[in-house]
Amino acid sequence: MALIVDLIGQGVQMLLVVALAPLMLGITRKVKAHVLRRIGPPVWQPYLDIWKLLHKEMVLAHNASWIYRTAPYVIFGVTWVAAALVPTYASNLMFSWSADLIVIVALLAAGRFALALAGMDVGTAFGGIGSSREIMIASLAEPAMLLVVFTVALIAGTTQLSTIAENFIGGEVGLRVSLGLALVAFICVAIAENARIPIDNPATHLELTMVHEAMVLEYSGRHLAMIEMAAAVKLVLYFSLLACLFFPFGMATADKSPEALAIGGLSYLGKLAVLAILLPIGETAVAKMRVFRYPVFLGGAFVAGALAVFLLFVSRSL
Amino acid sequence: MIPAFPPLPLGLTPLDAVLLVPAGAMVLLAIVPGYRMGAAINVLACGLTFLASVGLLGAERVRSDFFLIDDFNIYLVLLTTFVAFSTSVFSASYIDHELDSGKLTPQFVRFYHALYQAMLGAMNLALVANNLGLLWVGVEVATLSTVMMVGIYRTPEALEAAWKYFILGSVGIALAFFGTILIYLSAQDVLGQGISAMAWDQVQNSAGKLDPKLLSLAFVFLLVGYGTKVGIAPFHAWLPDAHAEGPTPISAVLSGLLLNVALYALLRFKMILAGNTATLNVGLVMMGLGLVSLVFAALMLYRRRDIKRLFAYSSIEHMGIMTFAFGLGGPLANFAGLLHMTMHALTKSAIFFAVGHIAQIKGTQRLADIRGLSVSNPGLAVGFALSVIAIAGLPPFGVFMSEFMLVSSSFTRQPWLAVILVFGLLLAFGALVIHLQRVLFGDPSPSVARSKASYIPLFVHLAIVLAAGLWLPEPVVRWFRAVAAQLG
Amino acid sequence: MRSYAFDIAHLLAGGMVVLSFLLLYQTRITAVLNVFALQSIVLSLSVAWQALIQDAPHLLITAAIALVLKGFVIPAALHRIVQKLGIHREIEQVYGGGPTMLLGLGLVALSILLVLPSGQNVSLLVREDLAFALSVLLLGLLMMITRRNAVTQIVGFMALENGLVLAASGAKGMPLVVEFSVAFSILVAFIVFGVFVFRIRERFDTVDVSNIDRFRGGRGN
Repeated sequence: MALIVDLIGQGVQMLLVVALAPLMLGITRKVKAHVLRRIGPPVWQPYLDIWKLLHKEMVLAHNASWIYRTAPYVIFGVTWVAAALVPTYASNLMFSWSADLIVIVALLAAGRFALALAGMDVGTAFGGIGSSREIMIASLAEPAMLLVVFTVALIAGTTQLSTIAENFIGGEVGLRVSLGLALVAFICVAIAENARIPIDNPATHLELTMVHEAMVLEYSGRHLAMIEMAAAVKLVLYFSLLACLFFPFGMATADKSPEALAIGGLSYLGKLAVLAILLPIGETAVAKMRVFRYPVFLGGAFVAGALAVFLLFVSRSL
Repeated sequence: MIPAFPPLPLGLTPLDAVLLVPAGAMVLLAIVPGYRMGAAINVLACGLTFLASVGLLGAERVRSDFFLIDDFNIYLVLLTTFVAFSTSVFSASYIDHELDSGKLTPQFVRFYHALYQAMLGAMNLALVANNLGLLWVGVEVATLSTVMMVGIYRTPEALEAAWKYFILGSVGIALAFFGTILIYLSAQDVLGQGISAMAWDQVQNSAGKLDPKLLSLAFVFLLVGYGTKVGIAPFHAWLPDAHAEGPTPISAVLSGLLLNVALYALLRFKMILAGNTATLNVGLVMMGLGLVSLVFAALMLYRRRDIKRLFAYSSIEHMGIMTFAFGLGGPLANFAGLLHMTMHALTKSAIFFAVGHIAQIKGTQRLADIRGLSVSNPGLAVGFALSVIAIAGLPPFGVFMSEFMLVSSSFTRQPWLAVILVFGLLLAFGALVIHLQRVLFGDPSPSVARSKASYIPLFVHLAIVLAAGLWLPEPVVRWFRAVAAQLG
Repeated sequence: MRSYAFDIAHLLAGGMVVLSFLLLYQTRITAVLNVFALQSIVLSLSVAWQALIQDAPHLLITAAIALVLKGFVIPAALHRIVQKLGIHREIEQVYGGGPTMLLGLGLVALSILLVLPSGQNVSLLVREDLAFALSVLLLGLLMMITRRNAVTQIVGFMALENGLVLAASGAKGMPLVVEFSVAFSILVAFIVFGVFVFRIRERFDTVDVSNIDRFRGGRGN
């Protein structure tokens, strides 16, 4: 009986992330529109878009290989697994033993690899641009991400996400410079990975400014639906990671009673909503960076992460 | 032996006079308009300060939380004020020519005199300070005033030299301050928080109980910080430019005095470290740096084209020798180092006086354009030749004595390093002789003016160095021995 | 349970280190001056906090001096100088931004490694403050080395001095003499710098120090 309850708990989380993803995207677009003094599409528009795409005919280039055809499924699968593992409303769910931070990073890297290959597969110029820019961004953002992982892991003593969340909820961590710096680094990396302004504009198709969109330019129909979903789930993944690592308050930990779970669920939804509102406000406030400035931005994230790790030793040694 | 000094007006002790006379003169000189009057006041103030330092010899030794007069600094104060006095005499007559040639305007001469007194006062403060913070303030103010004086000609070269000096000097100051903070931290543990933990003699007395690691770390910072001002390689980059581009009296004071004061500060800290056996072997580091400076500077002497730069590198060489001596340690080497400090100050300033005369007569500082001095100006040629021979370390001058003592001490203690030391000395000797020969002999290059500066300071210094090479008075020997023992 | 005194002191000192890094890669002069002003304000907060936890009211004076002089007066004066010299629109090429930042990280690591293990009798809080202060000092030094504009070199020097004030305030019970000397050095340094900046301006039409390197007599002269 307990096994079934655990399974349901984990299953709820898996479905939650997929179900909420387009909603988050919709909220983001709506808020952005309001900030720009437009009305914008309704918040459930992404659901309708996905539905439409699923029913459209796929058009494939004649030289598209199996990489091109399987990449969308790989990307979606990998991102969904990663998102399903991150503790959202409760920690220590059924599969949480596998929810290791390094595993999450590796899964996302696999997805990025598949996407980059798919972008280059058909041999168009736009695909090549997108893939090369994406890999450049990744090569700069990964070290920063790993430094954030190290910081958090050194503080909590483990890379297992549930344990980290439980440690941080306990409140013994205190007000730490390192966590502040790691938060800054993580936000920079999240912006870069999710292809948001100031790194990449998700609504553009201009050659000068495309990164993610350039790689998926050739996709249509079902494949495009999978890729759009994957992007949305990735956004939810990063929101969940932010909430779990830096603001885990409200999560249900040892106590899995219905009240605790309800509080956990509500707090999770609240955090998602807050982040989904803050993101477009931040995006509207800054301009998109030119490509040669990416190393400056991500280098700053790297320095913040490195400082976070060093400053840990100031408080931990001796 | 020295009669007690008659009581000064207003109940001032000689210690007060040594500090207050330059401060008052600085204010006065900033106000007084005429440059002749300013030069006269400058000389007078330096003379009074010198007399006050003589008075220090006879007065009772002072020891307070802020000031300290002991064997080490008493003769240094005397030396400093004496060289400052003779340089002020030289400068008073030198400035005339500078004004005539248009290199300086009268209001800048006023600025120059005020800064001169500021520098003297600051150096005295650094020498008599017991509080480590006051020592730092003294060295810093002295450096800053010399920076401004180096740039006083306002030519592009002078500005570049002054800027470089300022940047490097400030960095040195900052690192030295950090080292001072670390010393305080180690001392407050034993002496309690507050003023007494900053007092040098208290720290020195309890040196054995202080944390050796913290002391070693502090000394590293102090070595780099004050070492920049001493001019040992690799921190010497500001020295050649500052000597070459500033007015000649300033070169004399920089080489002769400011480098000494910085070395004195370094030695005070070395004394603290000598009192604690568990610290880093700073002697080895100092010996290494000293030898590097010596050999580097000796090699650089060969290709110099500017006469002041030549003797600036000679200063680096000699500071290297002194650092090596104090690094080697032991009674003979320390004695040699102290003697060398005195002799070098006198000889180097004499050289710069001679160089000042030459520059005024020939109108240039380029060695290629200075020839045949023995034909055109025989008297000056004699003075210049004697002072170069003195600095190259030939007997019977005082520099030979100190170098001989150092070489013999290092042969018994560290033979391999002694070989390098002798090699460096010989290299420098060779270069100086080559340059001297080129300057003195051959067809004379055209002279543009007569030198209006006074020849007296040059020959007085030479006479003292010669006398010291032949016979050192007994009290001086006693002082040096006592300080050498303290240096460990 | 970690004490909040510890954490807040760390937060402020760590903030200064982060601001030193920011100073390293700014290319616009007005931005450099603003970041420096911010760093001085954080410095004054840190010194004031030290005054509270050490129960040393004289440190409040130091904090006030740092705030007023280095947080407002000096940046405002430098802004005016920059406007007067007409260089407020210049973009300074910071060569090797990447390697500079990595070197800066290395310096922070070095200062932590140097200062922390020494002096077991000194309290942990003081040693950590000293490690932060040394980092700020070395980063200011790095800024002076990598900059080519006279005004930004000045700012690098003053950032270095900020590190010194942080160190001096962290050392418990350091007597007033030293604080006055630190304030004194700030004043004198600024005067000298001001004089130099104007002198350089009169001789050339730019404040770029690389231009005066042409006249260096050091090599082969």
